[in-house]
Amino acid sequence: MGCGMGKSELRLKKCEKDSISVPAATAISAALLIQRWYRQHVARLEMRRRCTWNIFQSIEYAGEQDQIKLYNFFGFLMEHFTPASSERNLISHIFRKDEICRDTEWERYFCYKSIEVTKTYSGPHLTFPMTFCGVSKLMEALKHKQQLHARYVLQLLGETWRLLRTFPNISQVIACHTKQITICGDLHGHLEDLLLIFYKNGLPSSDKPYVFNGDFVDRGKSSLEILLILFGFLLVYPNDVHLNRGNHEDHIVNLRYGFTKEVLGKYRVHGKKILKLLQMIFSWLPLATVIDNKVLIVHGGISDTTDLDKIARVDRHKYVSALRPPKMNGHGCPVEDRRRVCSLTYHSSAPAHRHDLPRHSLQNTPVYSKSDFPVDDELNRKCRLAGFDQPCCELKKSDSYLESKMTETDVNEWKQIVAVLWSDPMPQNGCIPNEVRGGGCYWGPDVTEEVLRRNNLQLLIRSHECKQDGYEFCHNRRVITIFSASNYYEVGSNRGAFIRMGPDLVPHFIQYQASTTCRELTLRQSVGWTERSALRALREQLFLHRSDLISAFQKFDPNNKGTISLTHWASSTERVLNLGLPWRVLRPQLVSSTQHGMMDYQQWIKELSITEPKLEISDNSILDTMYKNHSNLETIFRIIDTDHSGLISLKEFHQTWELLSSHLKTEISAKAIEDLAQSIDFNKDGNIDINEFLEAFRLVDISAHT
Amino acid sequence: MAESKQSAEVTVSDVHKTIRAAFEAFDYESNNTVDVREIGTIIYSLGCFPTQADLHDLIAEVEEDHTGFIQLDSFLPVMSKVLLEHKFPPIPEDLLLQAFEVLDKEKKGYLEPEELMKYMTQEGELFTQEEMDEMLTALADHEKNVVFYKDLISQLTIDPDM
Repeated sequence: MGCGMGKSELRLKKCEKDSISVPAATAISAALLIQRWYRQHVARLEMRRRCTWNIFQSIEYAGEQDQIKLYNFFGFLMEHFTPASSERNLISHIFRKDEICRDTEWERYFCYKSIEVTKTYSGPHLTFPMTFCGVSKLMEALKHKQQLHARYVLQLLGETWRLLRTFPNISQVIACHTKQITICGDLHGHLEDLLLIFYKNGLPSSDKPYVFNGDFVDRGKSSLEILLILFGFLLVYPNDVHLNRGNHEDHIVNLRYGFTKEVLGKYRVHGKKILKLLQMIFSWLPLATVIDNKVLIVHGGISDTTDLDKIARVDRHKYVSALRPPKMNGHGCPVEDRRRVCSLTYHSSAPAHRHDLPRHSLQNTPVYSKSDFPVDDELNRKCRLAGFDQPCCELKKSDSYLESKMTETDVNEWKQIVAVLWSDPMPQNGCIPNEVRGGGCYWGPDVTEEVLRRNNLQLLIRSHECKQDGYEFCHNRRVITIFSASNYYEVGSNRGAFIRMGPDLVPHFIQYQASTTCRELTLRQSVGWTERSALRALREQLFLHRSDLISAFQKFDPNNKGTISLTHWASSTERVLNLGLPWRVLRPQLVSSTQHGMMDYQQWIKELSITEPKLEISDNSILDTMYKNHSNLETIFRIIDTDHSGLISLKEFHQTWELLSSHLKTEISAKAIEDLAQSIDFNKDGNIDINEFLEAFRLVDISAHT
Repeated sequence: MAESKQSAEVTVSDVHKTIRAAFEAFDYESNNTVDVREIGTIIYSLGCFPTQADLHDLIAEVEEDHTGFIQLDSFLPVMSKVLLEHKFPPIPEDLLLQAFEVLDKEKKGYLEPEELMKYMTQEGELFTQEEMDEMLTALADHEKNVVFYKDLISQLTIDPDM
């Protein structure tokens, strides 16, 4: 066994030597040794970075998938419960047809004039029409963490809404002689990144046009501030600031990912109105921008059926949420409700699986397709999926989906919109449902070529996916992903970037990383930070699923010794969590003590070092379910809390659980729910404060405090 | 991350699983193929310390006709042999220390960035400027701007953590 002298070192030594235990005598050998050692070190860091990235991305996409599954489930409930059902009433409002009121009615509802600005208000005052100075002042104020008065917020949003309604679905931009166009990707509430971009690149103006490619909100803490600034500049330079809609410009998605919470938290009295107005604004955001008829910019991407002419002609504002199929000039409620025939997931005629590994599988996703099953089987299948043993209450077999009033044109139109907002590119040819996200499709390089050719384009710029370096080429450099939220997953996780493009339509990339310290993190430091955060997120996931994990482990421990092999640990964990992560590679970071390839799983669960608040509840399994479905619960709560008061009644709480348990197909006893509700009603007034409730169940990572 | 340090009973199947897991982390298309440029990282992360020349030889053994890609099927048997035979074992700490001391001619106990740079970019299997910059940023003490190699060896050889 050599002690590490490779062939090259032997070659460079002047004389033949035994390769065993000879100290490095020359500087060359010393250098070689150090180089070898250091390269190994860097490579191992790179591996860890890669794994860390996978962790964050898997958890993020699993969350989106979850959201869509929940939403699809509600759609199913809407179709199959009788009108009198109380669960249906709880959620029906999110499916309600939008009231198309006249302008005067809207004006009255959103009227800001009655809102008084008192003398104690120390924030910025806005005057309209908006001017460059006005926006700059606003930006400065927001930079210094001041809050804009609700009156001005509503006023600004009102003006924005009026303006957006005059825009076409696809913004056309000409790259002229001296003007360079700047294109930015996802910002996700990271105000510091927007400010950094403006600092590096200059503020928007007629000489400095900008395109912002969607996902301005959610996740980050300053989503509203970003909107106010972007809308402000839009009002001042309507021909030079172009905003594309992203999949997060959607009130249903906002319920889960933080924007709704942010607005309601910052504006307790007027938050609801602000959210309603934003809903409308989002639906009026253009869907795409085209530069010189050659460069297409959309948030998500395309599908094999993408047709710009069709997209240009749709009534985009009827898609208040892209998760919802279009409404029609109604024939009455029942027909409208039965319209949720189609899955959110894109359909190709030959559904293929992206890969054979079960990594991102959605084994149980209901794929609602008219053509796949005969009508009766379809109904039964759905009932089973929802946890009902018999066909639901009042279902009549004659309510055939084939009689649905949703035409194929409607469906295709909807799919186009969903694809534009949700799709992701893939390396292989073809176009298949995007099962990881739950919406849109995965499209391949052949689809890129075809769609670009068909629409006479030469380049596709999109966002939607976080990239390590802020941007990435794919599909033979015909597709660019541009992402502008740096440190998206964690401090040091990634850089942000933006594109500058002149009339030659050649993209130039500028990268940056917002940070409080001046020097950039070295690879080692950024890996360290990000990794710790990813591992914490992962440990939380493991903790949430601990009972399922223990059951899975016990299958491999028939004699109840309390230990299993690492191989079994890896396979069980993947089966339970279904995140598609390289568990064997992650094992050293997650399992500290092993002996002869075996690990003590009970001990390991304890060592995850996550703790939960103590609640006096008779049934512990309900706690488990609660932790695991934290996000779903929150989403359901916020949907039920129609007046956005932050409070729901005990009765509604019960109903939430019933909804959740039918979605999850688990049994939760009424007594257990009763107990839980009582113990959470901290001030015993018959109402549960959502925020208090969620705060009480926030998992605490105790290892962070040791 | 080779778990082969103490257990003599590491089975071939365990080795295969370990290799597969590392390979998968870079198999972006999930078709058991990785870009040849990632192979070095994969091999290193399995606990091996090959030289660049060793890497080239290994790659030549497994790459198909300069496609730029490496199939798991070709990689697995070759890499298994490497692991089972401990072909590129870790560098013992004392050897590493001696190596640094050779470069530290004045026996200061540390190296100036210029000194290190001279050797790394001009001798042996040369570092690129990028590698050099990264190394200095990572290893140099930020106040004194020198590389205290003794501390580094023990820190970094065990686990590259902050």
